Amino acid sequence: MASPRRAAVVGANRIPFARSNGAYARASNQDMLTAALDGLVARFGLTEERMGEVVAGAVLKHSRDFNLTREAVLGSRLSAATPTYDVQQACGTGLEAAILVANKIALGQIEVGIAGGVDTTSDAPIAVNDDLREVLLEANRAKSTAGVVKALAGLRPGQLVPEIPANREPRTGMAMGEHAAITAAHWGVERTAQDELTARSHQNLAKAYDAGFFDDLMTPFLGLTKDNNLRADSTAEKLGKLKPVFFPAGGDKAEATMTAGNSTPLTDGAATVLLASDEWAAERGLPVLAHLVDAETAAVDYVHGDEGLLMAPAYAVPRLLERNGLTLQDFDFYEIHEAFASTVLATLAAWESPQFCKERLGLDAPLGSIDRGKLNVHGSSLAAGHPFAATGARIVPTLAKTIHQNGGGRGLISICAAGGQGVVAILEA
Amino acid sequence: MSHDWYSDFVNSGFGRAVAGNVGLPPVPKLRRWQPGQPLLSGAALLGTATADGRVAKVVRAVLADAGVEVHEDPAAPIGGGSSSSKVAAAVLDATGLSSPRDLAAVQQFLTPVMRRVGPSGRILVIGDVPAQAERPAVRAARRSLEGLVRSAAKEARYGATVNLVHVADGAENDLESTLRFFLSSRSAFVDGQRLDVGTVPGYAGSSAGTDWEHPVTGKVAVVTGAARGIGRTVAQTLARDGATVVAVDVPSAGDALAHTANDVGGTALQLDITSDGAGEAILEHCRRHGGIDIVVHNAGITRDKLLANQDTDRWNSVIDVNLNSQLAINDLLLASSDDDGFHRGGRIVTVSSMAGIAGNRGQTSYGASKAGVIGLVEATAPLLADKDATINAVAPGFIETAMTAAMPVGTREAGRRLSSLTQGGLPIDVAETIAWFAQGASYAINGQVLRVDGQNYLGA
Repeated sequence: MASPRRAAVVGANRIPFARSNGAYARASNQDMLTAALDGLVARFGLTEERMGEVVAGAVLKHSRDFNLTREAVLGSRLSAATPTYDVQQACGTGLEAAILVANKIALGQIEVGIAGGVDTTSDAPIAVNDDLREVLLEANRAKSTAGVVKALAGLRPGQLVPEIPANREPRTGMAMGEHAAITAAHWGVERTAQDELTARSHQNLAKAYDAGFFDDLMTPFLGLTKDNNLRADSTAEKLGKLKPVFFPAGGDKAEATMTAGNSTPLTDGAATVLLASDEWAAERGLPVLAHLVDAETAAVDYVHGDEGLLMAPAYAVPRLLERNGLTLQDFDFYEIHEAFASTVLATLAAWESPQFCKERLGLDAPLGSIDRGKLNVHGSSLAAGHPFAATGARIVPTLAKTIHQNGGGRGLISICAAGGQGVVAILEA
Repeated sequence: MSHDWYSDFVNSGFGRAVAGNVGLPPVPKLRRWQPGQPLLSGAALLGTATADGRVAKVVRAVLADAGVEVHEDPAAPIGGGSSSSKVAAAVLDATGLSSPRDLAAVQQFLTPVMRRVGPSGRILVIGDVPAQAERPAVRAARRSLEGLVRSAAKEARYGATVNLVHVADGAENDLESTLRFFLSSRSAFVDGQRLDVGTVPGYAGSSAGTDWEHPVTGKVAVVTGAARGIGRTVAQTLARDGATVVAVDVPSAGDALAHTANDVGGTALQLDITSDGAGEAILEHCRRHGGIDIVVHNAGITRDKLLANQDTDRWNSVIDVNLNSQLAINDLLLASSDDDGFHRGGRIVTVSSMAGIAGNRGQTSYGASKAGVIGLVEATAPLLADKDATINAVAPGFIETAMTAAMPVGTREAGRRLSSLTQGGLPIDVAETIAWFAQGASYAINGQVLRVDGQNYLGA
């Protein structure tokens, strides 16, 4: 078999991200994904064009949205002959979608595709509680009126309490922030370091806006023209005044470090990225911002084992580096998703730790440290917000454009995800 | 857009009776262009004022090519009717005037015509360029036509228009797109105006082989300020006429811009045209389309303030958007490569304003910027001639947009009624004029500013 070609990142479009229950409170996942797609169609003149595939997903999804991406495409200006499928890998969804599209392009199965992700915590699905569900299903199964009446007689007021999805791990019952707090305590990640990382994320994102960096990556939606979580005047000092909100179970509350400032807020938004073969891009005179070189996923046992919930990228990256004959220092830019500031710092600490790298990764020497000036140079999730499935499709084009503006180079993407998973990838130009 | 209730009223059965009795001005319903519409809805009269007329032959050929029934003997019966039957248009070749005495021939042709042109009829007078005459008597005669035409336009009824075309010596074969524009319903809101053809030397081009249904087929057109209003209509009109449209607007209007781009099957470019590198960004974006054929500088802002209350930040923002951005972009277009930049034979069309000609209270900055646009057009025209390119401007009058809908009702009604056509124009009227300037076939029209204002009385 001929060695596969590399898929090109051609461009992207996302809508500004909005803090939960704010600007997009009444927008559905389908509304937002359709808007993001239509902005992409407009930027690249794709009206009535048939894409090889559109792959996207959402983490929080209504049951009626089983074909979310297909419905969005049908509502968009793309050709209705564009096939789609939905994926879901928690916060890794957007990046995984891009990897899947890129792989089909690499194999020559498609020439062009769109990867994306969308999430809303405002228009979240609310389920009836399980007791009520059982009663209603029993009534539905009943064959006689008497049977229906008998089944419904089982109704109790307590059953009316709905089930609202929570940012909570089903197997531990702990919030993601609580998991992250344990990891932060384990690695001794200090509060000031978290606040500094957070302030830099806001400042970098604000600078990117001022420079017009997002002018060809974003289209306004519902009156919003910028991510509304962005605080351009954020400083570590201001962030230092916030009270901690996440506490490690059984730990000392006085030593808690994680605040609403250095954790990502619940966010609504959608992002899409256009991937294609070099030939497809060249035929249309479109630029190639970067190529997707390789990707890796990993998972850790945070339930029975003792690894942190969000530490899977620490395992995925060394495997990816080894396969590509690279060291951690061989990159011009790093995009490490800021689920929490402490997650980024714990991951970097793990790669610097000889003990972790030897015992957990089986390496003779630690991966070492990175030049922090190359990290999240245009801001990341702490500033932009984090609509779970959209984040990967925000990061891929951000890094690709960063590399392109740099006149070439190599970048690493690392995204942690619920369920103890991690998705990482290399872009190069 | 605010609704014109007055027009509805005087065009209703009851309203027409009331208006007739109390002398309210009627509001004619203007014929506007639709794909597939014939050039004229009826026959045309063609006259010559002198024996030296040099354009009647061309007019005859163009009308014949467009399938128009032409009559040159005004006394002859038309079709199945009589010698007083209505005509859709009357064209007078008034070239070759040697003294003001020759104007009597113009009067003799036009006097019966004023009653014979039907609703939305077209009266077009074609004369010589006054500045090309050396003898005072000749120049006086040529110049007289303008006063005659502007006055006749104020007398014409039922949406009929009267316009004047000056044709430079030797440009008589370069009139086709101009004739087709002024005679068709594309010029519905252009009334009492003058246009010069062939006055900038060194032009080159041809109208041969033009698909008049789609006169800009295969062209790439950049339209600034395309998210909404007139710009959006310009994008739609150029796309209708066959162009690939690159819709440009500020990033904050990106959602409406995407809507425009997708509506016309073009591409969207979110860009602040006043930013450094804006021109490069436009050229870069258009390389994917193989370069640029048409640029429509439509983006504009108002920051109205009485001069007594003016401040420099507001002032500069208007001058920057409305004028400086165009100058900077034009410089880059002129310097760009013929291959994948601004193509040889390209067209620049910019938007001036009635406020730039007549002035408007509270609009010193806007008026200054829009008058500046006229200077820009005049000075750029000869520079573009080297590239077989042209630059022209439209100067809209009262156009029904969100901006005019926000006016106080008195101002709005005055804006509508104080014009020969007694109504506001539509964005499509401005767009049709821009799209005509943008045609390859309009190669001989350069450095012109044409008002699209229904012959508004302001600054007329």
